[in-house]
Amino acid sequence: MAEAILRMTGIGKEFPGVRALDGVDFRLLPGEVHALMGENGAGKSTLIKVLTGVYSIDSGEIELAGDRVAFAGPLEAQKAGISTVYQEVNLCRNLSVAENVFIGREPRKFGRIKWGEMRRRTTALLRQLDLPIDVSKPLSHYSLAIQQMVAIARAIDIDARVLILDEPTSSLDAGEVAQLFRVMRRLKEQGIAILFVSHFLDQIYEIADRMTILRNGRLVGEYVTAELPQVELVGKMIGRELAELERLDERPPARTSDPLVEATDLGGRVAPFSLTIHEGEVVGLAGLLGSGRTEIARLLFGADHAASGTLRIGGDQVTLRTPRGAMARGVAFCSENRREEGLVPELTVRENLILALQARRGWSRPVPRKKQDELVAKYIKALNIRPDNPEMLIRNLSGGNQQKVLLARWLILEPRLLILDEPTRGIDVGAKAEIQKLVVELSDGGMAVLFISAELDEVLRLSHKVAVLRDRRLVAELPNDDTLTTDVLMETIASGGAK
Amino acid sequence: MKRLAWPAGILAALLLVNLIFTDHFFQIEIKDGHLYGSLIDIFRFGAPLILVALGMTLVIATRGIDLSVGSVVAITGAMACLEISTLSSQDSIGGVLGAIGIALGLAVALGVGNGFLVAIVGIQPIIATLILMVAGRGLAQLITDGQIITINSDPYKLIGGGYWLTLPFSIIIVAVVLALMAFVTRRLALGLLIESVGGNAEASRLSGIRSHGLLIVVYAFCALCAGVAGLMISSNVSSADGNNAGLWIELDAILAVVIGGTSLAGGRFSLGGTVLGALIIQTLTTTIYSIGVPPETTLLFKALVVTIVCLLQSPAFRAKVFRSRRKPAPPTVPAGEKVTVRT
Ligand SMILES: Nc1ncnc2c1ncn2[C@@H]1O[C@H](COP(=O)(O)OP(=O)(O)OP(=O)(O)O)[C@@H](O)[C@H]1O
Ligand SMILES: [Mg+2]
Repeated sequence: MAEAILRMTGIGKEFPGVRALDGVDFRLLPGEVHALMGENGAGKSTLIKVLTGVYSIDSGEIELAGDRVAFAGPLEAQKAGISTVYQEVNLCRNLSVAENVFIGREPRKFGRIKWGEMRRRTTALLRQLDLPIDVSKPLSHYSLAIQQMVAIARAIDIDARVLILDEPTSSLDAGEVAQLFRVMRRLKEQGIAILFVSHFLDQIYEIADRMTILRNGRLVGEYVTAELPQVELVGKMIGRELAELERLDERPPARTSDPLVEATDLGGRVAPFSLTIHEGEVVGLAGLLGSGRTEIARLLFGADHAASGTLRIGGDQVTLRTPRGAMARGVAFCSENRREEGLVPELTVRENLILALQARRGWSRPVPRKKQDELVAKYIKALNIRPDNPEMLIRNLSGGNQQKVLLARWLILEPRLLILDEPTRGIDVGAKAEIQKLVVELSDGGMAVLFISAELDEVLRLSHKVAVLRDRRLVAELPNDDTLTTDVLMETIASGGAK
Repeated sequence: MKRLAWPAGILAALLLVNLIFTDHFFQIEIKDGHLYGSLIDIFRFGAPLILVALGMTLVIATRGIDLSVGSVVAITGAMACLEISTLSSQDSIGGVLGAIGIALGLAVALGVGNGFLVAIVGIQPIIATLILMVAGRGLAQLITDGQIITINSDPYKLIGGGYWLTLPFSIIIVAVVLALMAFVTRRLALGLLIESVGGNAEASRLSGIRSHGLLIVVYAFCALCAGVAGLMISSNVSSADGNNAGLWIELDAILAVVIGGTSLAGGRFSLGGTVLGALIIQTLTTTIYSIGVPPETTLLFKALVVTIVCLLQSPAFRAKVFRSRRKPAPPTVPAGEKVTVRT
């Protein structure tokens, strides 16, 4: 076996009240894709951050190519040949795509930036990832998934010996994931060591050669992927057998009831579409990145304004001008964009959790503290949010646990229509099953759900019917009967509904 | 509470310094049924600054800033004095109340204007309020016709210079405002909503918070606080000076807020911290006089002390100083710091 390029031994890291890492050993070999596995909050991102100098370590040592290192910050790590995409995409949204890719290492001539070359090289780079976008537009112009791709493009362009990708695929569709894996394989052949984090087990088995499993900040072990069956992997991650992983029962047909939401030729940043959602019905939205799924959600929530068409909610014709207006009609929307549109980082878990409820009640009617504590305790338990300390600042939670808090923010409202945009993004296998079960329970109780996910599997498992989008146009509406499979869905997406 | 430990400690230290230079500094006595003493004076003279800083705290918590408070101070003082000077009897309580009402109404209207520019038009707060900061001085001079209006009204004098129940009336006003604010922001939910908008405006909007209305209310309230402070200042000297009343008070107020632990980046705010911050600045002014710093160096001296205070307040600075003392460990980025990926 080749000499390890990276060796971490006995790594310990403690945050106030939380032991995030406890004596963790980790080895990364050149030319391998190594998966770092573990539940939400297991310490994966923390291990990456202590490696790249974002945090200091309390104990242990790090060796890069045989030399002991302790980086003062990400920049230094990058100079030493470690290129990293962090879990929370951290680019400058107001700068152009090209500037983001080359920031800090702009091609220069006599000190002046060569803008043309920068744009050309970025375009070429993104074409490798099959992403033909205008690189002179600001990054904020593009969806989260594209932003994630740009971050990846930036990382692979940097000349590195070690490439670290912390949940790079969390909001990508199958197509982009395939592109990414193609690039990863190519880099691997060049002898680059790749550290990869993902909660999608299929992806792990497809791309990873070996894996290291963490649980509660401790090392469980190091395994060769091919020798560790999926069931055992899950068992090692969560420390028990996972029964819920089985498919949910076939969904019973939604109760035939009055339509709750009727959109007729509703249009805005999507082509006019018509869609009906009944009480107790789960409608899935499927489509590729940028196909307009989020735009439909935002229209129904009043976050964007409709340019045409009519919308009826509960029989009344409505014009939604603000999210607040939609909430008053019983609509809730959990955004896919956790950092920009969800978290209030400086507030506690409790405050983030009750935020929408408090906003609905207004400033003069505070949610009584006892009620808050009850609600918060209930959802921390139901969604297994960890650590279970409601007074912790939410920014100190792991990505998956933050997501759970945001989900709870909307569940608390007991809406009539719950719009979930990538609700299981970055959530571990155990919690994902719990959340899917919850969606089924809620819809059985009469709640209508609009479910958006890049994972077709998940869409199929939960939805009564699936609306397919392509190029910002709703192209097909398919009842979820026995004949509907992920393949059929893929085909419909690809063909744009044309038979 | 822990967050208030540093400003409280600094204030205590400053007060102790005064004890060295001024005998009986901590002595408080009752003369003619009024409380007297250096400590009382710090409160009394600091009252306008505390008020302005309290209003500023809420604005800063929304990730804004209000540079126009000094002008509002001047405008309200001028307006009130102008109205009173036209009364047939300047001691008529009704007339004085009317004048106060007009002046404060004007302040609120100006604040609503600020809020409108920030929330609806979408101008950056620093620019939006800069407009009134500059134009407001002109407006104040227009009201006073470029002169200093002098009045002689006993009821009006009460606001800034009078006593009630042995206490200076201005301290009572501050206490009432503080209590009201604490109630509305902490017992009711306004504080959470403000902190949420300051922490992440878009997430707040998507959570159903009426952030536009909230911003307007906050700017209006800030202007109202500045208005009351303007009444105090002009009442204390029984005159209105459109040029100099409240000059630079916005800077002291912002400083007080920051020393009190509220971040200019918005989000969490602390009313108690702001009061301590304002008292620190007021005490510093007193100290400068009592230890006899030469007048030409007072500004430098003040800047020096403020710099030290701010450094001590900064967790990043403290972490660095204390860590490098403990062990010359590999340099690190403080845990809370944001990670920016840059080459
Ligand atoms: N800055 C911080 N302050 C306090 N606690 C923290 C901080 N950063 C992380 N933690 C805690 O450390 C633990 C590990 O978090 P980490 O982000 O490494 O988890 P993760 O394995 O990446 O999870 P996920 O799959 O959800 O991304 C969590 O309990 C988290 O709450
Ligand atoms: Mg993570």
